Amino acid sequence: MEMSQYLDIFIEESKEHLQSMNEQVLLLEKQPDELSIVQEIFRSAHTLKGMSASMGYEDLANLTHIMENVLDGIRNHKLTVTQEILDALFVSIDHLEEMVLSIGNGGDGKKDVEDIVRLLHAIESGKSEEPPQNKQEQSKAGQAIFDEYELTIMKQSLEQNFHVYQISVELRDDCLLKAVRAYMAFETLEQMGEVVKSVPSVDLIEQEKFEREFQVTLISKEQPETIQNNLLKVSEIDKVSVESIMAEHIVQNEAEEADPEEEKTGADMKGEPAQKTSSSAGSKTIRVNIDRLDRLMNLFEELVIDRGRLEKISKDLKSNDLNETVERMSRISSDLQDIILNMRMVPVDQVFNRFPRMIRGLAKDLGKSVSLEITGAETELDRTVIDEIGDPLVHLLRNSIDHGIEKPEKRAEAGKSKIGTIHLRAYHSGNHVFIEIQDDGAGINRHKVLERAIERGIVNRELSEDFTDKQVFELLFASGFSTADVISDISGRGVGLDAVKNKIESLGGFVTVDSREGSGSLFSIQLPLTLSIISSMLVKAGEETYAIPLSSIIETALIKKSDIMTVHHQPMIDFRGKVVPLISLSELFEVPGPGWDEKDRSSVVIVKKGDKMAGLAVDSLIGQQEIVLKSLGNYLASVFAVSGATILGDGQVALILDCNALIK
Amino acid sequence: MNGQEIKVIVFQLENEEYGVDVHQVKSIERVSHITRIPRTPGFVKGVINLRGIVTPIIDLRSRFGMEEKQTDENTRIIIVNTDEMEVGLIVDSANDVLDIPTADIEPTPEVAGGINAEYLDGVAKIGDRLLILLQLDKVLNKEEVTQLHLIGNLG
Repeated sequence: MEMSQYLDIFIEESKEHLQSMNEQVLLLEKQPDELSIVQEIFRSAHTLKGMSASMGYEDLANLTHIMENVLDGIRNHKLTVTQEILDALFVSIDHLEEMVLSIGNGGDGKKDVEDIVRLLHAIESGKSEEPPQNKQEQSKAGQAIFDEYELTIMKQSLEQNFHVYQISVELRDDCLLKAVRAYMAFETLEQMGEVVKSVPSVDLIEQEKFEREFQVTLISKEQPETIQNNLLKVSEIDKVSVESIMAEHIVQNEAEEADPEEEKTGADMKGEPAQKTSSSAGSKTIRVNIDRLDRLMNLFEELVIDRGRLEKISKDLKSNDLNETVERMSRISSDLQDIILNMRMVPVDQVFNRFPRMIRGLAKDLGKSVSLEITGAETELDRTVIDEIGDPLVHLLRNSIDHGIEKPEKRAEAGKSKIGTIHLRAYHSGNHVFIEIQDDGAGINRHKVLERAIERGIVNRELSEDFTDKQVFELLFASGFSTADVISDISGRGVGLDAVKNKIESLGGFVTVDSREGSGSLFSIQLPLTLSIISSMLVKAGEETYAIPLSSIIETALIKKSDIMTVHHQPMIDFRGKVVPLISLSELFEVPGPGWDEKDRSSVVIVKKGDKMAGLAVDSLIGQQEIVLKSLGNYLASVFAVSGATILGDGQVALILDCNALIK
Repeated sequence: MNGQEIKVIVFQLENEEYGVDVHQVKSIERVSHITRIPRTPGFVKGVINLRGIVTPIIDLRSRFGMEEKQTDENTRIIIVNTDEMEVGLIVDSANDVLDIPTADIEPTPEVAGGINAEYLDGVAKIGDRLLILLQLDKVLNKEEVTQLHLIGNLG
């Protein structure tokens, strides 16, 4: 069977399910009594099992199968959530992740999972004979958790005027053949209607793995009294209670579906209704390969270029009909452009969602307690940025836990809460997205950093004496720097913060660090919204068109020749009381044609790099435009003061200025 | 002999014929608007929009130290692809595809027409035609561009 075409989908979906399992197990750790979470994990494990079995990945299927059994045990109150179970689940998920990763890398997804399978088996069987931990609560009608299938059946039955009963059967103390009695009770029940569910499950009842009591959900047309009487006819049955409660629950359930805000009122079936609303109300999505989007974008650009030509032709021909059509087409294509660009945007959550689990593991390894708080996970970034930003963030988070957050005892001594907090924030600001990692740990020791930097020969002592704190902290990003006195397993992997800095700068972003000793550090990453589209100002120098990114423009101005001063033959202008060097774009780029100084007035674009400024004299300003950033190709890897190129409406290529290179 | 052949695209520079392996040629284009790139070596003519891809163009004459020539209706740009680099080469004309038996390819003479021999892969004699085979990765030496442009910056 040809599987390769499904492989990508399989891998993507598996990753999603694993991520969701990771999240849910983390949640479960906080709320061990919340069975809806178990239900959720079960669902993911189940889907994963089905998928991997049909793709022929036996080890994956086996492991998920045994996980399912354990989860089923929890769900049916045969197992209690313990740290041991949670750890086992985490380990299993790790194994599954490895296997899926191996499949993704072209491997066979095989892995020796015997140890964990044995552990899970032990958990499953070793504790399965423990009595249900809370009989009282269990016998309460409606306590059972139903899956969607069962709920649907019950709902439909109610609609068809059947009754749904929650029946509790208790056998006599001296009952000798429990399974037989139970079997007889089931027989009786089957004659009166249909058994939807039993707690414990029929399997376990047949193996006598229950105390004296079991619950059954029955769909029937009979009256409750009849059922009770018929059941009591079976010998050795002590007590029977029949409650017709489901009607209100299911109705309630429906009400919740209509009004998600009231979710929480359905205490008995928490989770179930939430599930439904989220799956039905969630928008429909389709997975698209990024290459296809790129191709679409390229095709679209060609369309834009042809549009430019059409516009020109229609202007020359002066035909009204043609004009109108071309205008309509222009409008439609600019809408289309927005849509295509938006398609490439994905929430940063895709990266953030793997961190809670990672933090838990790290904190555990290092004997620290850390809580991770994430805000702004819905912030959107271009797919190309999302793919690259994960590693630097992991590094910074590791750094915060390893160097930032202190051990609990030390925190207590310093009068802080024993649990350290790391805030992971993402938010939009202007044309940028900021991602911040803030911890309330020890902060950065200025003295230590300086000593290390001097020792490593990164700065010399005299020079560093009047460094500001910020300048000192910047040294952390210098290559060959590590603040840990002992290289730990966590951050001593041969990569320092310099790697983080390089990565982020390669994405067109910046990273800065701020810190106060004793109260924590803040790493802030500034990223462009997208790597492929930037707002820019088009300008002309001679016959040539250049694009200047708006992000580096402060404003534009018109200056008279008489306003130009010189300092050591360098032309300067007074811009709002500040003396700013003036650069002629034509001269800088040796543009053929007359120079700018032959004119009375000149358009100047004031550009900035950090807090430094420069004036760029150009022949004329064309206007603001969104442009598609394209590389100059591998052959011209680095061209002075040019960060790339774009294709204009007329099909010609215009270069994009790199203002950072202009200002020293 | 073993009877192996290679297929080459034949093009002209001055009055000589050159060949480049057809596998390395993506397309042959007419000259469209070339956007100049400032402060690059003289043989880098600029970039063109090749169906949405910005492609660098180099003038092969000036790369080989020959005199540049005004473009005319025969001038073509051969888009070649080596080492994940896509570059267009301006040539006088390109109008032939030939199969050359590998046995007919001889090593380059030490000095061939004043051109630095390291660019050349060999010479093939076909009838009375002499075909010079190019070694593209040498022609498109990236370091050379970078170095020249660094010198340009200093100057």
